[in-house]
Formats: sequence, structure tokens, C-alpha cells
Amino acid sequence: MTTRTIVEGIRDCLYQEMEHDERVMVLGEDVGKLGGVFRATEGLQDRFGTERVVDMPLAEGAIVGAGIGLAVSGLRPVVEIQFLGFGHQAFHQIGQQAARLRYRSQGTHGVPLVIRAPFGGGVRTPELHSDAFEALYAHTPGLTVVAPATAYDAKGMLAEAIACDDPVLFLEPLKGYRLVRDEAPDERYRVGFGRARIAREGSAVTLVAWSAATQVALRAADELAAKGIDAEVVELRSLVPLDTATVRDSVAKTGRVAVVQEAPLTGGFAAELAATIQQECFYELEAPVLRITAPDTPYPLAGVEDLYVPDADRVVAEVAALMAVPA
Amino acid sequence: MTDDAVVDALRYMTLARTFDDRATSLQRQGRFGTFSSVRGQEASVVGAASTLDPSKDWIVPQYRELPALLRHGLPLENFARYFMGNPAGTAIPDGVRTLPIQISLAAQLPQAVGLAWGLRRQGGDGVVLTYFGDGASSEGDFHESLNLAGVTGAPTVFFLQNNGWAISTPRAAQTAAPTLAGRASGYGVEGVVVDGNDLLAVHQVTAEAVDRARAGAGPTLIESLTWRAGAHNTADDPTRYVDPGVAEEWSERDPVTRVQRYLRARGVLDDTGFDRLAAQCAAEVERALAVASETPTACAESLFDHVYASPPPRVVQQRAAWTARQEGAI
Ligand SMILES: Cc1ncc(C[n+]2csc(CCOP(=O)(O)OP(=O)(O)O)c2C)c(N)n1
Repeated sequence: MTTRTIVEGIRDCLYQEMEHDERVMVLGEDVGKLGGVFRATEGLQDRFGTERVVDMPLAEGAIVGAGIGLAVSGLRPVVEIQFLGFGHQAFHQIGQQAARLRYRSQGTHGVPLVIRAPFGGGVRTPELHSDAFEALYAHTPGLTVVAPATAYDAKGMLAEAIACDDPVLFLEPLKGYRLVRDEAPDERYRVGFGRARIAREGSAVTLVAWSAATQVALRAADELAAKGIDAEVVELRSLVPLDTATVRDSVAKTGRVAVVQEAPLTGGFAAELAATIQQECFYELEAPVLRITAPDTPYPLAGVEDLYVPDADRVVAEVAALMAVPA
Repeated sequence: MTDDAVVDALRYMTLARTFDDRATSLQRQGRFGTFSSVRGQEASVVGAASTLDPSKDWIVPQYRELPALLRHGLPLENFARYFMGNPAGTAIPDGVRTLPIQISLAAQLPQAVGLAWGLRRQGGDGVVLTYFGDGASSEGDFHESLNLAGVTGAPTVFFLQNNGWAISTPRAAQTAAPTLAGRASGYGVEGVVVDGNDLLAVHQVTAEAVDRARAGAGPTLIESLTWRAGAHNTADDPTRYVDPGVAEEWSERDPVTRVQRYLRARGVLDDTGFDRLAAQCAAEVERALAVASETPTACAESLFDHVYASPPPRVVQQRAAWTARQEGAI
């Protein structure tokens, strides 16, 4: 076990998987000598060469599209979209092409492609870098969408993504890249998809979160505890496949639930959870499902992003109000 | 091309034309969905495909290249199933080196480059030939792909069929570039223009491009100048935009007639030979249509199978619910 940041967990995984399997290659903008703008691929080109760690032309559609072809040819490409905000430039290749080639060939051509993309805000990026568009992708059949929140999961889930025979969108929390630090084994291991994690046990209210919002929920839970409100935090880890059982069990225990996401309200993944919870736990609910989200406005300039992304104070205030709703 | 190879090419051209005619009439009867015919472009499509070795080369198609895919090993009944709306029609048998028909214009191009690149990286000498149209060449994917192919040297042959139209938009409205092949040089890629209604010429330039790619000398963009003799698809009405005089001129260059004239002049086939070929093709089309009609479609599983290698629990639950509903349990 070594204490690592999320970036280090990712780098460690890429290194070990490339070491282990010749077919794994890394492609993206600036992933070579620079090691990626977040250094997630640092040192890989030195070790594995320019054939396997490729600085690509600046064209997201071609990066993902070529990744599809490489995958069909028998390789295991891991492509990096520098920021998910620029995933729109590749959305047709991800959502329309990679996600349905298996279906469109009736099983003959799977696409074992990993698309890594940092997303979410809180680090004062320039415009268009910080959007949290996970719901667009979760709404795309054929795609697996995962969003680890810890270094342990980042390392183990990336290994799982590389082993997966289908395309995986691997979302990395911009904010947590270096801030989050936890124990992760040195050796290779995998963390399977579709199992949510109880990040904190509690009995009075459930906070559901994923990626960087998990840290917000955990901080809020500490503050709520100081107010005598015992919050449980469920961290999803993967959106597709979704572990509804863990969410359901937690809500059955607490009777109240707030979903915390960085993305805007309308049509977000929190809406999917709210609908699922009311469908599956209607009689256990003591109050309506609460969504704590960004407003339905574009991700703003850095000077006001703290107003935009839900923070612990907001979660505490909104959850306190939720607790006041009579059962 | 040897005489045998030309006869073989003529067989695929005739097969496509026979299928086209049947497909159009079946669409009118409501038994086929929307269908895009290859009529007029057979020499272009088949001439290019005839240079490939199906045991190692790949075709990454658009949607108008049925005879090329047939030659590469896709069963004719799969096309019939596809246009009957049966998901079984999208199946690609193992070992058939093609991607599915592409509907999203130009989206296949970066995939072709990646595939070619991957084959090369794994030590093979397979080449990828990808088809697309003049309309598709305005998409960003075209430019991104040509650029990437140039940079990587991936053994890709970009086969642009300039058939004069993107539905009703004429070539002149698509781009101000004097030739489409001329764009290749901007990406460090070889570019050539060929008479797409001349089977032998298409075969020749494509063979050179394939050899070059196989030898590791890089990608080529071929602009095949041809003419879409029919409508864009069965939902289209070209009389609204095509000048009948121009259509008439092109009909004099009909690729099938040209090949027949050539084979006749060389004494390889005569009327009896052409008739026999036509009868074989008609029989093959009828057989495929019969097989396709007998393929069951209406099962709920066909919605769910082959979406994921291991489906997520929600998809598993939904599949069970759909099956139960179909069986009348719900
Ligand atoms: C991305 C995309 N945009 C629009 C369409 C609708 N569409 C189908 S065919 C077509 C014209 C295609 O022209 P071209 O690429 O020249 O090929 P052709 O049909 O002439 O062979 C259009 C606009 C589409 N299929 N995909």
C-alpha cells in the first residue's frame, strides 16, 4: 500500500497495464513528452516509446474514431480527451459510433476502448473546460460510464476499464486529481463496476454523489454531524452500470435523500436517480428526493465558479431544510 | 486486369444492379425500407474492391457499396434482411473484414485510419479501403482523418466517390476546391483523380494505392468521378434537381455497358454469356430474398442482444420484462 493521489493512481495503472499487455496503447493530445496536461501519462513514452504512447493531432473526433479502429484491429487503446468539455468535438464518435458498433455488427466487433476525460470544476480553468456532461453519456446505450472518486478506485477501475470488451468513458475529477489522496496497493488489481460504496455510514439522511461531489458530500456530512444530523454518503463510482440496490438499501434505512451533482439541474444524472428512488423506494421516503445541483446555466468564469458548483455549506443548508420536512 | 477478373467484376456489378431493381420494387411494395442504389457507380465501387485481398484487407464502407461488401464476403441475404428491418441483417460473419454500413457521413473515416494503423502496428500488411462521397468530404471527420493518416502513415486508401450529388446538393455547392483529390497534398497524402465509370482505370489506380499502402509508403486519396444514375434513395425525387440532358450524357457512359462492350470486343463473352450471367444473378437475388423473408425478427431479445459484452443489471432486467410482455405475462 502506498498513499497516492488520483493522478498517481491513474499513471500507476497505465504503466502496469502497458507493462503487462503489449496491446495497450495511449493516445491523446500532449500525452507523450509532456505526460498530459495533468501528467497522468508522465513517463509512459520514455518507457514504452512513441509507437505506444502517441501525441495525436489536435482533433478529438479523430482521436476517438482512430481509437475505435485500433480497438477493432485487436489493440487496447486508452485515449485521453484533454477535458470532457471538448468531448462535444468527439461526441459522435463516442455516442454514435463506439457505443453501438457491437450492436450494429450483431456482436462481431466490440470496441474495447477506454476514453479518459477529466471533468467537473473547482480548479479555475478557462471557459469550456469544466463542464460535467456525464448525463449525456449515461444516456447513451452501449456505453459504460464510470467516475471514481478515490485513488484506490481510480487505479483499480482503470484496470477494469482496460480489460472491458466495451467502450468505457472513464471520468476523472479535475478537482480531486491532486487533492484526493488515499491508500492504493502497489500491485495490479481491479475494482469491478456497478458496486456503489458507502463512503460514510449514517442513519438520518442519504447523500448520493459521485466523483468530486463525493468530497463535498463528505464534508457536508461532517458539518451535519456537528448539528446532530447523521448523514450517510453513498458514492456511486459508476453511473452505468448503476448499483441501485445500495442506493435503495440506504434510502430504506434513512428515509430521506439528497443527490449532489456538479452538473446543471435539468436532465442531469441526479434526475435519473431521483426518478429511480421514487419508483423503487416510494413508501420508505419521508420527504421528496432533493437534488442539489448547479443552476441551468453554463459553467461560469473562474471568479464566480464557487457560486456555481454546490459546496458543503449549500449541502448542509439544503439538507437541514430537508430534515425539517415532516415525515 | 485479367479477363477472368473483369468477368468476376461484371458479375458483382450485375448482381448489384439486379438487387437494386428488386430492392426498389420491394420498397414500393412496402417490404423494404429506404434503399440507396449503386446504379451508375458499379465500376467505381467494384473496380476499387477488386484490388483487395479479403483474407487480410478491410473495407470500411459508407452505404452505397453493396457489391464491394459482397465480394468481401458479406452474404447477400444479410442485405436483404437489413432492408427488411431485421437486426440479423447487420450481422457480420466472423472473418469477414468489413465494418457495418455507415449512415453517419464520414464517421467511418477515422475508424478506417485507426484500423489500418492497428493492423500495421501488429505486424500485418493488410490495407484498409474506405468509401465515402463528395458530400461526406465536407465533414470534419474527413479532414481530421486525412491529416491523421498522413501523420501516422496508416495503410489507408480513401476512396471518394464524387457522384456529383449529396442528395440534391451539387458538387459545386459542396466546395470551391477545383478537385477533391487535390486536397490530399495539404495533408501530405497522395491524391489522384480517376474516371469512375471505367472499371479498368479504377482498378489500376486503386491497385497502385493499395500496393503503396501495403509497402508502407502511406495513404492515398482517390477521387473517382462518377454519376449516381438513379435517385439518392427510394425517398428522393431527382427530377426536382437533375438536368435530364446531363443525365442522358452520363447514361452513355454506363459502366455495365462499358464492361460488356469490352468483354465482347475481346471475345470473352457474347450475348449468351451475358444472359447466363444475368440469369445467375437473378437466381441468387431471389434465393437471398427468400432466405431473408424466412428469418424471424419479432423477438424482444433482438433489441437487447449485442449491446454490451456483459449487460448491466438494468439492461438484463429490461430484457426480461420485454420478453415477459411479449409472451403475454404482463
Ligand atoms: C452526418 C450526417 N449528416 C447528414 C446525413 C443525411 N444524409 C444522408 S446521405 C446525404 C448526402 C450524402 O452525399 P455523399 O456523401 O456525396 O454520398 P452519396 O449519397 O452521394 O453517395 C445526407 C446529407 C447523414 N446521413 N449523416
